[in-house]
Amino acid sequence: MTAMTGTASEKSPSADDAGNVPVPAAKRARGEFLFFTLRSKKFVISVSILLLLAIVAILGPVVDSTDPLAQEMLPMRHPTLDPGNWFGTTYFGEDVFAQFANGLRASFFIGFLGGGLAAIIGMLVGFLAGYRGGWVDEILNMITNIFLVIPTLAVLLVVTSYLQARGVLFEAIFIGGTSWPWAARAIRAQTFSLRSRDFIDLAKLSGRPGWKVIVFEIAPNMSSYLFLTYILLFGGAILIAASLDFIGLGPTGGMSLGLMMFNAVTWAALQLGIWWWFVPPGVGIIAVVGALYVMNVGLDEIFNPKLREM
Amino acid sequence: MRRYFGRKLFTYLITFFVAATIDWLIPRFMPGDPIAVLVTKTNILSPTQAQRMVEYYTQLFGLDKPMPVQYLNFWTSLLHGNLGLSIYGNGTPVIDMIMAAVPYTLALLVPAILLSWWAGNSFGALAARRKWLDNTVLPVGYILTATPYMWLALVLSFLLAFSFRMFPLSGGYGFNLEPTLTWLFFTDLVAHWVLPFLSLFLVMFGGWAIGMRNMIIYELESDYSRYLASLGAPQSLIRKYAFRNAMLPQITGLALQLGVIVAGSLVTEIVFAYPGLGHLVFAAIQNQDYFLLQGIFLFIIIGVLLANFIVDIVYVLVDPRVRVAMRGGTA
Repeated sequence: MTAMTGTASEKSPSADDAGNVPVPAAKRARGEFLFFTLRSKKFVISVSILLLLAIVAILGPVVDSTDPLAQEMLPMRHPTLDPGNWFGTTYFGEDVFAQFANGLRASFFIGFLGGGLAAIIGMLVGFLAGYRGGWVDEILNMITNIFLVIPTLAVLLVVTSYLQARGVLFEAIFIGGTSWPWAARAIRAQTFSLRSRDFIDLAKLSGRPGWKVIVFEIAPNMSSYLFLTYILLFGGAILIAASLDFIGLGPTGGMSLGLMMFNAVTWAALQLGIWWWFVPPGVGIIAVVGALYVMNVGLDEIFNPKLREM
Repeated sequence: MRRYFGRKLFTYLITFFVAATIDWLIPRFMPGDPIAVLVTKTNILSPTQAQRMVEYYTQLFGLDKPMPVQYLNFWTSLLHGNLGLSIYGNGTPVIDMIMAAVPYTLALLVPAILLSWWAGNSFGALAARRKWLDNTVLPVGYILTATPYMWLALVLSFLLAFSFRMFPLSGGYGFNLEPTLTWLFFTDLVAHWVLPFLSLFLVMFGGWAIGMRNMIIYELESDYSRYLASLGAPQSLIRKYAFRNAMLPQITGLALQLGVIVAGSLVTEIVFAYPGLGHLVFAAIQNQDYFLLQGIFLFIIIGVLLANFIVDIVYVLVDPRVRVAMRGGTA
C-alpha cells in the first residue's frame, strides 16, 4: 500500500561515542524514543482508540453475556439512552451490541492471526528472494505474481464448499495465506538494497550461513519496517474478512462485523430504515483499521526522525 | 525492450495458465451435481426424460470423459469462447450473461480507478507539508481508506437514496424502462450509476491521497530536494521533482491494489443490486451455478492481467531509468 523507506538505526550500546558512560547513553536513547513516542499525537490517539475497542471486544461479551444470535420475542427496539439498549435490536430481536462486541472480537482475532501469517510468509519470500537473487528470486517473483492475480475468491469457493463448518481460525489462515504478496515485494526490495552494504559483505566473509545473515544482520536493520508492514497487513486482513463475510463466505455459526452487514442487507434494513443494524459494524471496522493506519504513520515518524513535524 | 516485455509476457502467460486451471477445478470438484440442478430446473417430470436430459447435458459438457481429456477440452472450448451454459440463467450461454454484465462493471471500475488515482494523488501532493490542508485531508483520507466498500455503499444509499431520495435505491436502470437508445434511458442509467461509482471512488481516493502525501514527504526530505533547496530553487520546482519521483510507487501500487479494487466493486454491486459481474457472482454463489462462476472468474483473471500489463507499459513510459536499463545501460 504505502511504501516506506528508511531503516531505523537500532541504537546499540557499543555505538556510544563517549565510551566512559555507556549505560546512561543507552538509557538516554531509550528515553528519547519514549519521549517522541508519547509526543506523537498520531500514536497516542490511535493507540487509545485501539485499546478502547480491544477492551470492548474482550470484556464486552463477558460483561454482557447475551447470545448474539438469541432472538427475543419482543418488537424490534430502537437504540435509546436506557442502559442495556444503547444499540437497539435487529429486525429479529437480536441484541445489536452483543453482535457488535462478538464481531469486534472476531475482527481482532483475524487481524492478529491473518496479518501475522501474511507477515511471516511475506518475510520468508521477501528475504529469500532479495537475499539470494538469481533464479530463486525469479521463481519466488513468479509465485508472488500468480498470487497477486488469482481471484482468491475462486479458491475460497472451492475450499469452503468442502468445509461445511468453518471457524474464524480457518478464515484467518485463508486470509493470511493469500494477502502476503505486496508485503513480500516490499520486503524483497528492502532486502535488495541492504544486501550490497559493507556490513553484510563482512558477515558473509566471516562464513556465516545465509539464514543467520538474514536473521541477525538484515532483519534487525529493517525491524521497524517489518513492524509497520505487519500493522498494514493486520488492518488489511480485517477489511478482507469483512468482504468475505459480506458475500456469505465467512465463518459459519459465529458472528462477525461483515456478517452483520450481510444480514442487514439481506433482510432489507435499508428499505426499512433500520440504520442501527448496519452502522455499528462499519464504524467499528473504520475505527480499528483507521487507528491502525494512523498508528502506522505515527510510528514511522517516531522511527524515522526525518519525517517528524517540528 | 523486447526482452523486458518478453519476460513480462511469459510471466503473465504462466499466471493465466495456473489461474485458469484453478478456475477449471471449480465446477468439477465442488460437491453437488450441477447437471442434476440444471435438469431439475427444466421441470421435466418423467424420470426417463430426466435421465435422457442428464445424459444429454453430461455429454454436452463433456463430463463423461476422463479428466485429462476434459482438461484439454476446456482449453479448446475456451479458445472458441465457449464457457458452457448457466443454471441460474436457465440454460443461457454463460458468455452471453457475462457480456451483458461486463459493460456495467467496466463503467463503474474504469472511471472510479482513473479519477480516484488522479484526484487522490493531486490532493495528497498538495496536502504534504502544508499544515492546514494536511490536518484536514489526512484524517478524512484515513477514515475513507479504512472504510469497507460495502459499508460506504450502504451509508450512501441510506442517506442519499432512502432518506433524501436524490438517487434511485438499486438496480442498473428503472424497472419501468427497457434498454433503448433514448435520452430518458440514458439519464436513468446515469442516475443509477452515481452512487455505486461514488462509493468506489471515495474509498480509493482516501488510499491514494494518503499514499501520495507520505511519499511526497519522503521525497522532500531526501538529499536531492535539500540540494535543490540549498541552490535556491523555488519550492514549486522542488515539489515538481518530488511529485515525479513519488508517482512511480503509486503506479506500482495501482497494480498491487487491483485485486482489492475488483473485490470492492463486487461487494458494492451487491449492495446496489447493480447488474454487473459482482451481482452475477453473488447470484451464482446463491444458486450454486458453478459454470457461471467459472466463466466470471475467468473474465476477472483476464481483466486483472490486462490491467497489470497496461500498468507495466505505463511504468516504462513514465520512468526514464527503466528505459535506460532496458537498453543495457545503468542509470
